[in-house]
Amino acid sequence: MNYTLDFGPVISGLPDLLKGCAGTLFLAVTGMTLALAIGIGGVVLRDSNVKALRILVISFVELIRNTPFLVQIYFVFFALPLVGIRLSPTPTAIVALGLNGGAYAIEIIRGGVQSIHKGQIEAGLALGLHKTDVFRFIVLRPALRAVYPSLTGQFIMLTLTTSIASAIAAYELTSVAKLIENESFRSFEVYGTITLLYLAMSWIIMKAFAVLSMRYFSYPVK
Amino acid sequence: MGAPEFLFLLQGLKWTVLLSAIGFVGGGIVGLLVALARTSGQPLLERGTAAYIALFQGTPLLMQLFVVYYGLALVGLELESWQAVAIGFTANSSAFLGDIWRGSIEAVPKGQTEAAKALSLSYVSRMRDVILPQAIQISLPATVGFLVQLIKGTSLASIVGFTELARAGNIVSNQTFKPLLVYAVIGVMYFALCWPLSLLGSWLERRIAAPTR
Repeated sequence: MNYTLDFGPVISGLPDLLKGCAGTLFLAVTGMTLALAIGIGGVVLRDSNVKALRILVISFVELIRNTPFLVQIYFVFFALPLVGIRLSPTPTAIVALGLNGGAYAIEIIRGGVQSIHKGQIEAGLALGLHKTDVFRFIVLRPALRAVYPSLTGQFIMLTLTTSIASAIAAYELTSVAKLIENESFRSFEVYGTITLLYLAMSWIIMKAFAVLSMRYFSYPVK
Repeated sequence: MGAPEFLFLLQGLKWTVLLSAIGFVGGGIVGLLVALARTSGQPLLERGTAAYIALFQGTPLLMQLFVVYYGLALVGLELESWQAVAIGFTANSSAFLGDIWRGSIEAVPKGQTEAAKALSLSYVSRMRDVILPQAIQISLPATVGFLVQLIKGTSLASIVGFTELARAGNIVSNQTFKPLLVYAVIGVMYFALCWPLSLLGSWLERRIAAPTR
Protein backbone atom coordinates (compact mmCIF):
# COMPACT_ATOMS: atom_id res chain seq x y z
CA MET A 1 0.00 0.00 0.00
CA ASN A 2 1.72 3.12 -1.20
CA TYR A 3 -1.04 5.63 -1.03
CA THR A 4 -0.71 8.68 1.15
CA LEU A 5 -3.82 10.37 2.38
CA ASP A 6 -4.05 13.99 1.29
CA PHE A 7 -6.70 16.10 2.94
CA GLY A 8 -5.54 19.28 1.12
CA PRO A 9 -8.49 19.42 -1.31
CA VAL A 10 -10.90 18.74 1.56
CA ILE A 11 -9.45 21.56 3.66
CA SER A 12 -9.43 24.06 0.81
CA GLY A 13 -12.97 22.97 -0.07
CA LEU A 14 -14.20 23.26 3.51
CA PRO A 15 -16.17 26.51 3.03
CA ASP A 16 -18.01 24.90 0.10
CA LEU A 17 -18.62 21.76 2.13
CA LEU A 18 -20.12 23.78 4.97
CA LYS A 19 -22.40 25.55 2.50
CA GLY A 20 -23.33 22.09 1.28
CA CYS A 21 -24.22 21.18 4.87
CA ALA A 22 -26.53 24.20 4.98
CA GLY A 23 -28.08 22.96 1.72
CA THR A 24 -28.60 19.51 3.22
CA LEU A 25 -30.19 20.94 6.37
CA PHE A 26 -32.44 23.14 4.22
CA LEU A 27 -33.57 20.14 2.18
CA ALA A 28 -34.09 18.14 5.36
CA VAL A 29 -36.12 20.77 7.20
CA THR A 30 -38.33 21.73 4.23
CA GLY A 31 -38.75 18.05 3.38
CA MET A 32 -39.78 17.28 6.96
CA THR A 33 -42.27 20.16 7.02
CA LEU A 34 -43.87 18.96 3.81
CA ALA A 35 -43.81 15.39 5.09
CA LEU A 36 -45.52 16.41 8.34
CA ALA A 37 -48.22 18.28 6.40
CA ILE A 38 -48.77 15.28 4.11
CA GLY A 39 -48.72 13.01 7.15
CA ILE A 40 -51.42 14.93 9.02
CA GLY A 41 -53.54 15.50 5.90
CA GLY A 42 -53.12 11.87 4.93
CA VAL A 43 -54.30 10.64 8.32
CA VAL A 44 -57.44 12.78 8.04
CA LEU A 45 -58.18 11.41 4.57
CA ARG A 46 -57.17 7.87 5.58
CA ASP A 47 -59.88 7.80 8.23
CA SER A 48 -62.49 9.73 6.25
CA ASN A 49 -65.88 8.35 5.28
CA VAL A 50 -65.14 8.41 1.56
CA LYS A 51 -63.94 4.97 0.51
CA ALA A 52 -62.13 6.23 -2.61
CA LEU A 53 -60.03 8.60 -0.50
CA ARG A 54 -59.14 5.86 1.94
CA ILE A 55 -58.03 3.56 -0.88
CA LEU A 56 -56.05 6.41 -2.46
CA VAL A 57 -54.14 7.09 0.74
CA ILE A 58 -53.47 3.41 1.44
CA SER A 59 -52.17 2.88 -2.12
CA PHE A 60 -49.96 5.96 -1.84
CA VAL A 61 -48.46 4.74 1.41
CA GLU A 62 -47.84 1.20 0.16
CA LEU A 63 -46.41 2.42 -3.14
CA ILE A 64 -43.94 4.79 -1.49
CA ARG A 65 -42.92 2.40 1.25
CA ASN A 66 -42.17 -0.45 -1.13
CA THR A 67 -40.11 1.33 -3.78
CA PRO A 68 -36.63 2.88 -3.45
CA PHE A 69 -36.31 6.62 -2.94
CA LEU A 70 -33.89 6.79 -5.86
CA VAL A 71 -36.60 5.56 -8.23
CA GLN A 72 -39.13 7.94 -6.66
CA ILE A 73 -36.92 10.98 -7.07
CA TYR A 74 -36.17 10.13 -10.72
CA PHE A 75 -39.87 9.62 -11.33
CA VAL A 76 -40.79 12.97 -9.78
CA PHE A 77 -37.92 14.59 -11.67
CA PHE A 78 -39.27 13.40 -15.02
CA ALA A 79 -42.98 13.48 -14.18
CA LEU A 80 -43.34 17.07 -12.92
CA PRO A 81 -42.37 18.70 -16.26
CA LEU A 82 -44.91 16.49 -18.05
CA VAL A 83 -47.74 17.91 -15.96
CA GLY A 84 -46.45 21.39 -16.66
CA ILE A 85 -44.54 22.02 -13.44
CA ARG A 86 -40.99 23.13 -14.17
CA LEU A 87 -38.88 23.17 -11.05
CA SER A 88 -35.13 23.29 -10.60
CA PRO A 89 -33.50 20.21 -8.97
CA THR A 90 -33.59 21.47 -5.37
CA PRO A 91 -37.38 22.10 -5.19
CA THR A 92 -37.89 18.82 -7.04
CA ALA A 93 -35.88 17.07 -4.35
CA ILE A 94 -38.00 18.73 -1.66
CA VAL A 95 -41.18 17.46 -3.32
CA ALA A 96 -39.76 13.92 -3.54
CA LEU A 97 -38.50 14.01 0.07
CA GLY A 98 -41.85 15.35 1.26
CA LEU A 99 -43.80 12.64 -0.57
CA ASN A 100 -41.48 9.91 0.73
CA GLY A 101 -41.40 11.15 4.31
CA GLY A 102 -45.13 11.88 4.16
CA ALA A 103 -46.01 8.26 3.43
CA TYR A 104 -44.06 7.07 6.46
CA ALA A 105 -45.47 9.93 8.57
CA ILE A 106 -49.04 8.87 7.70
CA GLU A 107 -48.40 5.38 9.06
CA ILE A 108 -46.68 6.67 12.19
CA ILE A 109 -49.15 9.45 13.04
CA ARG A 110 -52.07 7.13 12.36
CA GLY A 111 -50.75 4.83 15.06
CA GLY A 112 -50.77 7.76 17.47
CA VAL A 113 -54.28 8.85 16.52
CA GLN A 114 -55.57 5.33 17.09
CA SER A 115 -54.11 5.41 20.60
CA ILE A 116 -56.40 8.32 21.54
CA HIS A 117 -59.28 7.08 23.64
CA LYS A 118 -62.71 7.62 22.10
CA GLY A 119 -64.01 9.04 25.37
CA GLN A 120 -61.58 11.95 25.04
CA ILE A 121 -63.12 12.99 21.73
CA GLU A 122 -66.66 12.59 23.07
CA ALA A 123 -65.74 14.64 26.13
CA GLY A 124 -64.35 17.39 23.89
CA LEU A 125 -67.49 17.48 21.77
CA ALA A 126 -69.67 17.43 24.90
CA LEU A 127 -67.82 20.50 26.15
CA GLY A 128 -68.91 22.27 22.99
CA LEU A 129 -65.51 22.39 21.27
CA HIS A 130 -65.59 22.73 17.52
CA LYS A 131 -64.66 19.62 15.53
CA THR A 132 -61.45 21.19 14.27
CA ASP A 133 -60.46 22.16 17.81
CA VAL A 134 -61.16 18.65 19.01
CA PHE A 135 -58.91 17.37 16.25
CA ARG A 136 -56.13 19.88 16.94
CA PHE A 137 -55.98 19.78 20.72
CA ILE A 138 -57.46 16.45 21.73
CA VAL A 139 -56.46 14.17 18.88
CA LEU A 140 -53.46 15.55 17.01
CA ARG A 141 -51.28 16.97 19.75
CA PRO A 142 -51.37 13.97 22.09
CA ALA A 143 -51.05 11.68 19.05
CA LEU A 144 -47.91 13.47 17.89
CA ARG A 145 -46.57 13.31 21.40
CA ALA A 146 -47.23 9.58 21.60
CA VAL A 147 -45.40 8.82 18.35
CA TYR A 148 -42.70 11.46 18.76
CA PRO A 149 -39.79 8.98 19.08
CA SER A 150 -40.71 7.08 15.90
CA LEU A 151 -41.41 10.30 14.04
CA THR A 152 -38.03 11.70 15.09
CA GLY A 153 -36.30 8.51 13.96
CA GLN A 154 -38.05 8.70 10.61
CA PHE A 155 -37.10 12.34 10.13
CA ILE A 156 -33.45 11.61 10.89
CA MET A 157 -33.62 8.92 8.20
CA LEU A 158 -35.10 11.59 5.92
CA THR A 159 -32.09 13.81 6.64
CA LEU A 160 -29.74 11.02 5.62
CA THR A 161 -31.87 10.30 2.56
CA THR A 162 -31.23 13.83 1.26
CA SER A 163 -27.83 12.54 0.06
CA ILE A 164 -29.69 10.66 -2.69
CA ALA A 165 -30.91 14.01 -4.03
CA SER A 166 -27.39 14.33 -5.45
CA ALA A 167 -28.60 11.94 -8.18
CA ILE A 168 -30.60 14.80 -9.70
CA ALA A 169 -27.89 17.35 -8.75
CA ALA A 170 -29.90 19.18 -6.10
CA TYR A 171 -27.79 21.51 -4.00
CA GLU A 172 -26.69 19.60 -0.91
CA LEU A 173 -23.57 18.16 0.71
CA THR A 174 -23.11 15.06 -1.46
CA SER A 175 -23.34 17.09 -4.70
CA VAL A 176 -20.73 19.52 -3.38
CA ALA A 177 -18.52 16.59 -2.38
CA LYS A 178 -18.85 15.09 -5.86
CA LEU A 179 -17.61 18.33 -7.41
CA ILE A 180 -14.57 18.42 -5.13
CA GLU A 181 -13.90 14.74 -5.81
CA ASN A 182 -14.09 15.27 -9.58
CA GLU A 183 -11.46 18.01 -9.38
CA SER A 184 -9.11 16.35 -6.90
CA PHE A 185 -9.67 12.57 -7.28
CA ARG A 186 -9.32 12.32 -3.48
CA SER A 187 -12.46 10.18 -3.24
CA PHE A 188 -11.81 8.48 0.07
CA GLU A 189 -10.75 11.66 1.87
CA VAL A 190 -13.73 13.64 0.55
CA TYR A 191 -16.37 11.01 1.24
CA GLY A 192 -14.82 10.04 4.58
CA THR A 193 -14.97 13.65 5.72
CA ILE A 194 -18.54 14.27 4.64
CA THR A 195 -19.61 11.01 6.28
CA LEU A 196 -18.49 12.57 9.55
CA LEU A 197 -20.32 15.79 8.64
CA TYR A 198 -23.49 13.76 8.13
CA LEU A 199 -22.95 12.09 11.49
CA ALA A 200 -22.67 15.53 13.10
CA MET A 201 -25.80 16.76 11.32
CA SER A 202 -27.91 13.79 12.34
CA TRP A 203 -26.72 14.36 15.91
CA ILE A 204 -27.67 18.05 15.74
CA ILE A 205 -31.12 17.23 14.36
CA MET A 206 -31.64 14.65 17.08
CA LYS A 207 -30.80 17.27 19.72
CA ALA A 208 -33.05 19.82 18.01
CA PHE A 209 -35.95 17.37 18.17
CA ALA A 210 -35.29 16.80 21.87
CA VAL A 211 -35.46 20.57 22.48
CA LEU A 212 -38.64 20.88 20.38
CA SER A 213 -40.20 18.09 22.39
CA MET A 214 -39.47 19.90 25.65
CA ARG A 215 -40.98 23.07 24.20
CA TYR A 216 -44.20 21.61 22.79
CA PHE A 217 -44.89 18.35 24.54
CA SER A 218 -43.91 18.93 28.15
CA TYR A 219 -47.41 19.30 29.49
CA PRO A 220 -48.79 17.08 32.23
CA VAL A 221 -50.71 14.02 31.06
CA LYS A 222 -52.88 13.57 34.11
CA MET B 1 -39.29 -0.07 -24.91
CA GLY B 2 -39.22 -3.53 -26.48
CA ALA B 3 -38.38 -7.05 -25.39
CA PRO B 4 -34.55 -6.62 -25.37
CA GLU B 5 -34.80 -3.65 -23.03
CA PHE B 6 -37.20 -5.51 -20.79
CA LEU B 7 -34.84 -8.48 -20.64
CA PHE B 8 -32.02 -6.11 -19.73
CA LEU B 9 -34.12 -4.80 -16.85
CA LEU B 10 -34.78 -8.38 -15.72
CA GLN B 11 -31.00 -8.94 -15.69
CA GLY B 12 -30.76 -5.92 -13.40
CA LEU B 13 -33.53 -7.33 -11.24
CA LYS B 14 -31.52 -10.55 -10.89
CA TRP B 15 -28.56 -8.56 -9.55
CA THR B 16 -30.78 -6.62 -7.18
CA VAL B 17 -32.05 -9.90 -5.73
CA LEU B 18 -28.54 -11.39 -5.54
CA LEU B 19 -27.07 -8.29 -3.94
CA SER B 20 -29.89 -8.18 -1.37
CA ALA B 21 -29.40 -11.86 -0.61
CA ILE B 22 -25.64 -11.47 -0.14
CA GLY B 23 -26.13 -8.39 2.03
CA PHE B 24 -28.78 -10.13 4.11
CA VAL B 25 -26.87 -13.38 4.66
CA GLY B 26 -23.50 -11.69 5.21
CA GLY B 27 -25.06 -8.99 7.36
CA GLY B 28 -26.97 -11.65 9.26
CA ILE B 29 -23.81 -13.55 10.18
CA VAL B 30 -21.84 -10.46 11.20
CA GLY B 31 -24.96 -8.93 12.73
CA LEU B 32 -25.42 -11.92 15.03
CA LEU B 33 -21.87 -11.41 16.31
CA VAL B 34 -22.58 -7.69 16.74
CA ALA B 35 -25.78 -8.44 18.68
CA LEU B 36 -24.00 -10.96 20.91
CA ALA B 37 -21.13 -8.56 21.57
CA ARG B 38 -23.61 -5.75 22.24
CA THR B 39 -25.34 -7.84 24.93
CA SER B 40 -22.22 -9.58 26.24
CA GLY B 41 -21.90 -7.59 29.46
CA GLN B 42 -18.29 -6.73 28.56
CA PRO B 43 -18.05 -2.93 28.71
CA LEU B 44 -15.41 -2.68 25.99
CA LEU B 45 -17.30 -4.92 23.55
CA GLU B 46 -20.62 -3.24 24.31
CA ARG B 47 -19.28 0.26 23.80
CA GLY B 48 -17.41 -0.73 20.66
CA THR B 49 -20.46 -2.30 19.03
CA ALA B 50 -22.70 0.57 20.19
CA ALA B 51 -20.39 2.99 18.37
CA TYR B 52 -20.35 0.72 15.31
CA ILE B 53 -24.16 0.71 15.21
CA ALA B 54 -24.43 4.46 15.81
CA LEU B 55 -21.96 5.14 13.00
CA PHE B 56 -24.03 3.20 10.45
CA GLN B 57 -27.37 4.53 11.69
CA GLY B 58 -26.18 8.13 11.72
CA THR B 59 -24.70 8.33 8.22
CA PRO B 60 -26.28 7.95 4.77
CA LEU B 61 -26.07 4.51 3.17
CA LEU B 62 -24.76 6.19 0.04
CA MET B 63 -21.76 7.56 1.97
CA GLN B 64 -21.10 4.16 3.51
CA LEU B 65 -20.99 2.64 0.04
CA PHE B 66 -18.65 5.36 -1.23
CA VAL B 67 -16.28 5.04 1.75
CA VAL B 68 -16.16 1.23 1.57
CA TYR B 69 -15.81 1.33 -2.22
CA TYR B 70 -12.90 3.76 -2.25
CA GLY B 71 -11.48 2.64 1.09
CA LEU B 72 -11.03 -0.97 -0.04
CA ALA B 73 -9.28 0.16 -3.21
CA LEU B 74 -7.09 2.38 -1.09
CA VAL B 75 -5.79 -0.43 1.10
CA GLY B 76 -4.80 -2.26 -2.08
CA LEU B 77 -7.69 -4.72 -2.41
CA GLU B 78 -8.47 -5.13 -6.08
CA LEU B 79 -12.15 -5.98 -6.01
CA GLU B 80 -14.76 -6.05 -8.69
CA SER B 81 -17.52 -3.51 -8.18
CA TRP B 82 -20.09 -6.12 -7.14
CA GLN B 83 -17.74 -7.41 -4.45
CA ALA B 84 -17.13 -3.93 -3.10
CA VAL B 85 -20.83 -3.06 -2.89
CA ALA B 86 -21.59 -6.49 -1.41
CA ILE B 87 -19.11 -5.73 1.38
CA GLY B 88 -20.69 -2.31 1.85
CA PHE B 89 -24.19 -3.75 2.18
CA THR B 90 -22.94 -6.51 4.48
CA ALA B 91 -21.40 -3.92 6.82
CA ASN B 92 -24.54 -1.79 6.76
CA SER B 93 -26.91 -4.72 7.38
CA SER B 94 -24.71 -6.09 10.15
CA ALA B 95 -25.15 -2.84 12.07
CA PHE B 96 -28.92 -2.61 11.55
CA LEU B 97 -29.60 -6.32 12.11
CA GLY B 98 -27.22 -6.26 15.08
CA ASP B 99 -29.30 -3.51 16.65
CA ILE B 100 -32.62 -5.22 15.89
CA TRP B 101 -31.38 -8.48 17.37
CA ARG B 102 -29.84 -6.72 20.36
CA GLY B 103 -33.31 -5.40 21.14
CA SER B 104 -34.85 -8.84 20.71
CA ILE B 105 -32.28 -10.52 22.96
CA GLU B 106 -32.97 -7.89 25.61
CA ALA B 107 -36.72 -8.43 25.19
CA VAL B 108 -36.46 -12.06 26.28
CA PRO B 109 -37.56 -12.11 29.92
CA LYS B 110 -34.62 -11.96 32.33
CA GLY B 111 -35.85 -15.03 34.20
CA GLN B 112 -34.89 -17.13 31.17
CA THR B 113 -31.24 -16.11 31.51
CA GLU B 114 -31.36 -16.61 35.26
CA ALA B 115 -32.94 -20.05 34.92
CA ALA B 116 -30.35 -21.08 32.33
CA LYS B 117 -27.58 -19.87 34.62
CA ALA B 118 -29.14 -21.69 37.59
CA LEU B 119 -29.07 -24.87 35.50
CA SER B 120 -25.37 -24.08 34.96
CA LEU B 121 -25.72 -24.03 31.18
CA SER B 122 -22.64 -22.73 29.40
CA TYR B 123 -22.85 -19.36 27.58
CA VAL B 124 -23.05 -21.11 24.21
CA SER B 125 -25.80 -23.43 25.30
CA ARG B 126 -27.68 -20.66 27.10
CA MET B 127 -27.71 -18.54 23.96
CA ARG B 128 -28.23 -21.33 21.43
CA ASP B 129 -30.87 -23.34 23.28
CA VAL B 130 -32.66 -20.79 25.46
CA ILE B 131 -32.29 -17.14 24.52
CA LEU B 132 -31.83 -17.01 20.74
CA PRO B 133 -34.78 -19.25 19.79
CA GLN B 134 -37.07 -16.88 21.70
CA ALA B 135 -35.28 -13.75 20.49
CA ILE B 136 -35.59 -14.83 16.85
CA GLN B 137 -39.38 -15.04 17.19
CA ILE B 138 -39.53 -11.55 18.65
CA SER B 139 -37.23 -10.14 16.00
CA LEU B 140 -38.98 -11.56 12.94
CA PRO B 141 -41.23 -8.59 12.00
CA ALA B 142 -38.41 -6.05 12.31
CA THR B 143 -36.00 -8.35 10.46
CA VAL B 144 -38.39 -8.71 7.54
CA GLY B 145 -38.93 -4.93 7.65
CA PHE B 146 -35.19 -4.43 7.38
CA LEU B 147 -35.00 -6.80 4.42
CA VAL B 148 -37.41 -4.50 2.56
CA GLN B 149 -35.21 -1.56 3.47
CA LEU B 150 -32.15 -3.47 2.23
CA ILE B 151 -33.73 -4.33 -1.13
CA LYS B 152 -34.65 -0.68 -1.65
CA GLY B 153 -31.16 0.32 -0.49
CA THR B 154 -29.45 -1.80 -3.14
CA SER B 155 -30.70 0.76 -5.67
CA LEU B 156 -27.92 3.04 -4.39
CA ALA B 157 -25.33 0.62 -5.79
CA SER B 158 -26.29 2.18 -9.12
CA ILE B 159 -24.73 5.49 -8.05
CA VAL B 160 -21.45 3.72 -7.31
CA GLY B 161 -21.65 2.30 -10.83
CA PHE B 162 -22.89 -1.23 -10.31
CA THR B 163 -25.50 -2.38 -12.81
CA GLU B 164 -28.44 -3.59 -10.79
CA LEU B 165 -32.09 -2.79 -11.45
CA ALA B 166 -31.98 0.99 -10.90
CA ARG B 167 -28.90 1.44 -13.07
CA ALA B 168 -30.30 -0.87 -15.73
CA GLY B 169 -33.32 1.44 -15.70
CA ASN B 170 -31.03 4.44 -16.04
CA ILE B 171 -29.32 2.94 -19.08
CA VAL B 172 -32.57 1.91 -20.77
CA SER B 173 -34.06 5.32 -20.02
CA ASN B 174 -31.12 7.03 -21.70
CA GLN B 175 -31.46 4.80 -24.75
CA THR B 176 -35.20 5.01 -25.21
CA PHE B 177 -35.85 8.58 -24.03
CA LYS B 178 -38.86 7.29 -22.12
CA PRO B 179 -37.76 7.88 -18.52
CA LEU B 180 -41.25 7.94 -17.08
CA LEU B 181 -42.23 4.59 -18.56
CA VAL B 182 -38.92 2.99 -17.60
CA TYR B 183 -38.97 4.24 -14.02
CA ALA B 184 -42.60 3.20 -13.67
CA VAL B 185 -41.67 -0.31 -14.83
CA ILE B 186 -38.73 -0.65 -12.44
CA GLY B 187 -40.86 0.88 -9.68
CA VAL B 188 -43.37 -1.92 -10.27
CA MET B 189 -40.53 -4.48 -10.16
CA TYR B 190 -39.27 -3.19 -6.82
CA PHE B 191 -42.83 -3.10 -5.55
CA ALA B 192 -43.36 -6.71 -6.59
CA LEU B 193 -40.28 -7.67 -4.57
CA CYS B 194 -40.99 -5.58 -1.48
CA TRP B 195 -44.74 -5.58 -1.05
CA PRO B 196 -45.16 -9.30 -0.28
CA LEU B 197 -42.37 -8.97 2.28
CA SER B 198 -44.06 -5.94 3.84
CA LEU B 199 -47.32 -7.88 4.06
CA LEU B 200 -45.45 -10.80 5.63
CA GLY B 201 -43.87 -8.41 8.12
CA SER B 202 -47.17 -6.92 9.26
CA TRP B 203 -48.74 -10.39 9.42
CA LEU B 204 -45.91 -11.57 11.68
CA GLU B 205 -46.34 -8.46 13.82
CA ARG B 206 -50.06 -9.10 14.28
CA ARG B 207 -49.40 -12.74 15.08
CA ILE B 208 -46.90 -11.83 17.79
CA ALA B 209 -49.14 -9.09 19.20
CA ALA B 210 -52.06 -11.54 19.48
CA PRO B 211 -51.99 -13.60 22.69
CA THR B 212 -50.79 -17.09 21.84
CA ARG B 213 -52.46 -18.89 24.70
